[in-house]
Amino acid sequence: MSLLSERAHESSRIAQRFAHLKKNKRSALVTFITANDPTPDMFRQILEGLPSAGSDIIEIGIPFSDPMADGPAIQASIQRALKHNTKIKDVLAAVKDFRETEQDTPVVLMGYYNPIYHYGPQEFAQEASSAGVDGVIVVDLPPEEAEELDVHLRANHIQMIFLTSPTSTDERLPAILANARGFIYHVAIAGITGTKLADERLVKDAMKRLRQHTLLPIAVGFGIKTPEQARAIAAHSDAVVVGSAIVDVIAQGTDVDGKPDPTLSVKVLDFVKSMATGVHGVWP
Amino acid sequence: MALAENRNTYRAGVDENGHFGLFGGRYVAETLMPLILSLEKAYNAAKDDPKFKAELAYLHTHYAGRPSPLYFAEHLTQHFGGAKIYLKREDLNHTGSHKINNCLGQILVARRMGKTRIIAETGAGSHGVATATVCARFGMQCVVYMGAKDMERQKPNVFRMRLLGAEVRPVEKGSGTLKDALNEALRDWVANVDNTYYLIGTVAGPHPYPTMVRDFQLIIGEETRRQLHEAEGRLPDSLIAAVGGGSNAIGLFHPFLDDLSVKIYGVEAAGKGVNSGEHAASIGGGSPGVLHGNRTYLLQDDGGQIQDAHSISAGLDYPGVGPEHAWLHFQGRVAYVPVTDDEALKAFELCSRLEGIIPALESAHALAYLETLAPNLPKDHLTVVNLSGRGDKDVVTVADAMGAKL
Repeated sequence: MSLLSERAHESSRIAQRFAHLKKNKRSALVTFITANDPTPDMFRQILEGLPSAGSDIIEIGIPFSDPMADGPAIQASIQRALKHNTKIKDVLAAVKDFRETEQDTPVVLMGYYNPIYHYGPQEFAQEASSAGVDGVIVVDLPPEEAEELDVHLRANHIQMIFLTSPTSTDERLPAILANARGFIYHVAIAGITGTKLADERLVKDAMKRLRQHTLLPIAVGFGIKTPEQARAIAAHSDAVVVGSAIVDVIAQGTDVDGKPDPTLSVKVLDFVKSMATGVHGVWP
Repeated sequence: MALAENRNTYRAGVDENGHFGLFGGRYVAETLMPLILSLEKAYNAAKDDPKFKAELAYLHTHYAGRPSPLYFAEHLTQHFGGAKIYLKREDLNHTGSHKINNCLGQILVARRMGKTRIIAETGAGSHGVATATVCARFGMQCVVYMGAKDMERQKPNVFRMRLLGAEVRPVEKGSGTLKDALNEALRDWVANVDNTYYLIGTVAGPHPYPTMVRDFQLIIGEETRRQLHEAEGRLPDSLIAAVGGGSNAIGLFHPFLDDLSVKIYGVEAAGKGVNSGEHAASIGGGSPGVLHGNRTYLLQDDGGQIQDAHSISAGLDYPGVGPEHAWLHFQGRVAYVPVTDDEALKAFELCSRLEGIIPALESAHALAYLETLAPNLPKDHLTVVNLSGRGDKDVVTVADAMGAKL
């Protein structure tokens, strides 16, 4: 890592958040919701409530019609979001509004490459940066293809977060980690989101292997559904990502026409609080 | 990007990262990256191995029935009154289409890699049947993902796959067609990385699939070149093939790409018309984007969401196209032209009546372009149409479109 990018890293919201958590000997809870799921208003209500419910880092999904790495829960959430014709500019507008009242919690956008490519990688990076986005995860941009977007993200001080998986070999890890910034997102299972349960023992082994290759914080996601499980995974990692389980609460509180129960945000945030209790009690 | 004038060949293929200029690539989740890298390695080793080549050649001859004939279509030629029309009879292959060429090649690669479970996606069912066939022959477990809508319109092929021992899993999501079947196959693969081989049926997906599948289909063009030389003593003047993903087309075209006297036409499915919003012409009516592991032309809206394709032919009902076709279009080497559902149906009937050959609806799209091209050409113009498959599987769809009761 060059001196310049190291400085950018240290001064970033993501780095500050992890430094603060480290001082308090706490793991981070990373929460995922899809933009405009189930409606633009309810999404914004949930988003605004996440920091005080205990979410340390917020991931917002950019909807895409063909989410190949996602299981049924997130597929359904994307379908609900697309009913509102959700576009990248809507996602960025929501982040910008969120930033008016919340300056400390990092926001990471997660999605697939086509909507970003179609929007224009440079425009996307510039506008995301001015909206207050801190990191970007693109599921179908492995390091081999990432440069065409990352060059613009770097220029706009957005951290590109790369994924590692149980199939990532030791030979591959240096290539993945070479350009990684912010944190590493370790996919705990070989599979799609929200299906198999993460295996604590395998996660522990993976952390050992990853830490030989990187000093960045490591978040673990895919297959973490309960506070107990979150606590177990948090004991080995720097952060725990919860997505499908939150999205399931949204699905349960939304009727077939896509209309949410008026108390849905309270239910979602209560669930986030319960997950935060699981994660925050421990430190690796 | 390599421009036409900087290259002395259109056949050089991909760069080291699997790109055809702007197109192609490996846009997949990290979990799949190690798999496609090991597939690339295994394929590169196999294709230079004399034992692999000999086994594939043996299977072509004794199992698939190759070479497929190059047939002079006398009556179609008379009917149009212009170009001399030859049909490359891929419909006569075992399983009834060109799909067997690719499946035989890939099942040998899968066996070399020690895989025991094969997954595939299918639209019209031709690739599903060919995959189920080679799985039966080589004793592998076979799961085929097929859109629910496609299962309805291709019932005979669904039953054939089951007879061959394959499990056919319906995909209800999305539009219930080929695109959605591909998504489900990718989800299966990512969850079963250890024992599973994904046998992709067309020249799409992440590198090395577009290159590997093309290589296994090159036999179509290589045979055509030799057979036409025997019949006429020279190269064809034009080639016509239907393009969905584009595997039968690239197989015919590729060996002729550097013979610039040969005009090449790729026929896209225009459904109810390219301006109707209901079509599958990714090049003629789409724009570049990234889907299913590669960058290519796609049908998409102004937010980059993939749109549903429409074609009467389930095998062409896909909102993308193989990246090498995208590149050949970009370079101007191949002309991609539209043919509507109605035009294809008309050609389907014409070929049945005049030649006694019921073509697949996919191939009927290629035949339909003769109506535009052939009449105005001189009688010594030699054109070859790829008759990529037989039409038995389509009789229900065609009867329905004609208002006939079965």
